[in-house]
Amino acid sequence: MPSLPDMTTPNLTALAGQALADSGHVAVPAPDAGQPEFVEFLQRMGDNCLILGHRVSEWCGHAPALEEDIALANQALDLIGQCQLWLGLAADIEGKGRDADALAYLRDAGAFRNLLLVELPNGDFGVTLMRQFLFDAFHIEMLRALKASSDPRVAEIAAKAEKEVAYHLERSADLVIRLGDGTDESRARMQAALTKLWSYTGEMFLDDAVDQAMSDARIAPLPSSLQAAWEKTVAAVLDEATLAAPTGAWQHKGGKKGIHTEHLGYILAEMQFLQRAYPGAKW
Amino acid sequence: MSSEWPLWEIFIRGQHGLNHRHVGSLHAPDAEMAIRNARDVYTRRNEGVSIWVVRSNDITASSPSEKGPLYDPSNSKVYRHPTFYDIPDEIGHM
Amino acid sequence: MYAQLVKSEGSKSRDEMTPEEIAFQDRIDRNEKIEPKEWMPEGYRKTLIRQIGQHAHSEIVGQLPEGNWITRAPTLERKAILLAKVQDEAGHGLYLYCAAETLGVSRDELLEKLHSGNMKYSSIFNYPTLTWADMGAVGWLVDGAAIMNQVPLQRTSYGPYSRAMIRICKEESFHQRQGYDIMMKMCAGTPEQKAMAQDALNRFWYPALMMFGPSDKDSVHSAQSMAWKIKMNTNDELRQKFVDQTVPQAEYLGLTVPDPDLKWNEDKGGYDFSEPDWSEFFAVIAGNGPCNAERLGARVKAWEDGAWFREGLMAHAAKAEDRARAARHAAE
Repeated sequence: MPSLPDMTTPNLTALAGQALADSGHVAVPAPDAGQPEFVEFLQRMGDNCLILGHRVSEWCGHAPALEEDIALANQALDLIGQCQLWLGLAADIEGKGRDADALAYLRDAGAFRNLLLVELPNGDFGVTLMRQFLFDAFHIEMLRALKASSDPRVAEIAAKAEKEVAYHLERSADLVIRLGDGTDESRARMQAALTKLWSYTGEMFLDDAVDQAMSDARIAPLPSSLQAAWEKTVAAVLDEATLAAPTGAWQHKGGKKGIHTEHLGYILAEMQFLQRAYPGAKW
Repeated sequence: MSSEWPLWEIFIRGQHGLNHRHVGSLHAPDAEMAIRNARDVYTRRNEGVSIWVVRSNDITASSPSEKGPLYDPSNSKVYRHPTFYDIPDEIGHM
Repeated sequence: MYAQLVKSEGSKSRDEMTPEEIAFQDRIDRNEKIEPKEWMPEGYRKTLIRQIGQHAHSEIVGQLPEGNWITRAPTLERKAILLAKVQDEAGHGLYLYCAAETLGVSRDELLEKLHSGNMKYSSIFNYPTLTWADMGAVGWLVDGAAIMNQVPLQRTSYGPYSRAMIRICKEESFHQRQGYDIMMKMCAGTPEQKAMAQDALNRFWYPALMMFGPSDKDSVHSAQSMAWKIKMNTNDELRQKFVDQTVPQAEYLGLTVPDPDLKWNEDKGGYDFSEPDWSEFFAVIAGNGPCNAERLGARVKAWEDGAWFREGLMAHAAKAEDRARAARHAAE
C-alpha cells in the first residue's frame, strides 16, 4: 500500500517560507547557503590534491636522482596538506559529522570529484612531469582567483596553497623546458607525454551547474575563465621546450561528475585498504 | 659526455642569520637547478632564506676549519619535531 | 649497524707506524677533526669510504620498506608523517654520499658498486613490511637501533662524516617517536591491532639486534676502526644498550619480547638475552634475505629508468652554457 501523506504535521518549510514572505524581510542566505554545490566544489579542489599527491608519492624511493626524490616528496606533502584543508572545509560545511579523513577514506570512486588528468598513471618520469606542469598551470590560476573568494575560509586556504603551487609550477615548467630542449631521447619522451596527456586538459575548463552556482555566489571563478591564462603559460613553456601540443585532439571528461577512468578504483583500493578492512579502528 | 651532475656547495642565510653559511653539498646540472635543489634539500622550503651555490671544483681551500652545520627543519611541518609526539614520561628519553 | 660489516684495513702497532702515521694518530687521540685533502693513511680513507658508503646505501635502500606503505597509510596525517620520514632518509643518504665524495669517490661510482652488489647495505632492509604495525616497529626498533649508533658517531674523527651525522641526528629525532606513537595507538586499539603490533615486534626483534653486527668476539675489523675513531663503540656494547632501553618500552606497550630467555641480570645491571641466529644474518648479507632481490632491483630500476632524465638535464645545461657564451661573444 502506498504511504499516505501525514495529514497532521504541517509542512514546516512551506510555513516558514510563508512567514518570511509575510514579514516583509528580505531573505538573507545562511552563512553556508548553497551547500551542496559548495561541498561539491570543495571536494573537487581537495580530491585533485589528494589523488595527485598520491600519484606523486608513488615515486618516493624510485626517482631518477636523490635531489629529485626529495623535491617530489615536498610536492606530495604540499598536496596532501592542501587536501586536508579543502576536504576539512568540505566536511564542515556539509555538517554531517564527517571529517577530511572520512571523505578521503570512506567514499567510493563515484563520489570522487577529481579531474581525470591527476589519476592517470605515473608512466615514465616525463609523463609525471608533464602531468604536473599541465595541472600546476591550471591550479595556480584557480588559486589566484580563489584568493578573492567571497568566502574568507576559501580565500585563506587559497592564499596558503598559492605560495606552494607557485613553486610547483616554477619547477615543473622549468623541467619541461630543460627536458624538451635536452637530448633527442628526452625531447621524444616529453613530446610523447604531452601528446598522451593533452586529451585530459580540456576537462579543467568545462563549466557546469556547480561552477555556475559558485560563480554566482562569488565563491569561485568559472573554470572557463581560467583557460586563456593557462593557454598563455602553456604555450610559452612548450615553445621554449620545442614541443608542440596536438591540435584538435579529442577531450575526455567525467571526473568532475564522478565518472572516472579505471585507474581511480585501484588508487582507492590501495589508499583505503586499512580503513575498509578494520572499520572504526583508530590509527 | 659524462651524465654525472656536478657537485655544488650550498650556502644559506636564514631568516635570522647574519652571513651565508655552508650547509652541505648536492648534485645538479647547473647553478639554477642547484639553487632549486638546495631549497628542497636543505631548507625543506623554509621561506625567507637566501641561497648561494658554488661549484665545488671552483673552491680554493686553505686548511679546512669550520663548525658543523645545524639547520632547523621547516617550521610548517610540525610532525618533523619530536615534541609533536606524546611519549609517556615512563618511557624516558626517546 | 647501517654499516655492519665494514672491512677495515690492518691495524698497526706504534712501532710499525711511519712518522706521518704517528702524527695522524696523535691528532685523532687529541680529538682533532680530520678534514678533506689533509694527509691521511690510505687505510683510513678506504675504510671510511666503505663505511660511509654502506651507511648512505642503507639510507636509500631503507626508503623502500617504509615507502611501501605511503600509499596505504590509514589517515592523511599518518601519510604525511610517513612521507616526511622517508623523504628524510633520502636526504640522509644525500648528505652521506656528499661526505664520502670528499674522500675522492663520486656518488655515481658508489651507486655503481651498490647496483653491482660490490657494496652492501644494512641487512635490516631485506625484511618485508607486511602490516601497518611494521611502520611502528621500524620507527621504534630500527630507527632506535640506528640512533644508538649514530649519536656517538657525531664525534667521529672525520669532519664531513661528523657534520653529516650531526645533521642527521637532529632531523631524525622525530623518527623513532613517530614509530612508537604508531605502536601505542595499535596497542590501545582493537584486539586485531594489538595482535598486529605483537606480530611486528616478533618479526623485527632479532633483525633489529642483528643491525649492530656480529658479536665482538667474531668482529675482526673493530680495533683499527676504533683507534681511528670511525667506530665509537663495540657491537656488543651497543646491542646491550639497545636491549636495556627497549625492553621497558615493550613492557609499557603490553607487548612481549620474543625471547624466552630474556631476564634482568642484577649483577651486570642489564638484561641477559638470546643472540640472534647469526647464520640467518650471514645468509641475508650474502643476498638470501626475503627481499634482497626486490630491494636492489628497485634501486637499479630507478637508476636505469632515470638515465635519460639525468642525461637530458646535463645536455640542456651544456646547450644553455654554449648559448650564453655565444651571446657574450656577440656582445663584445
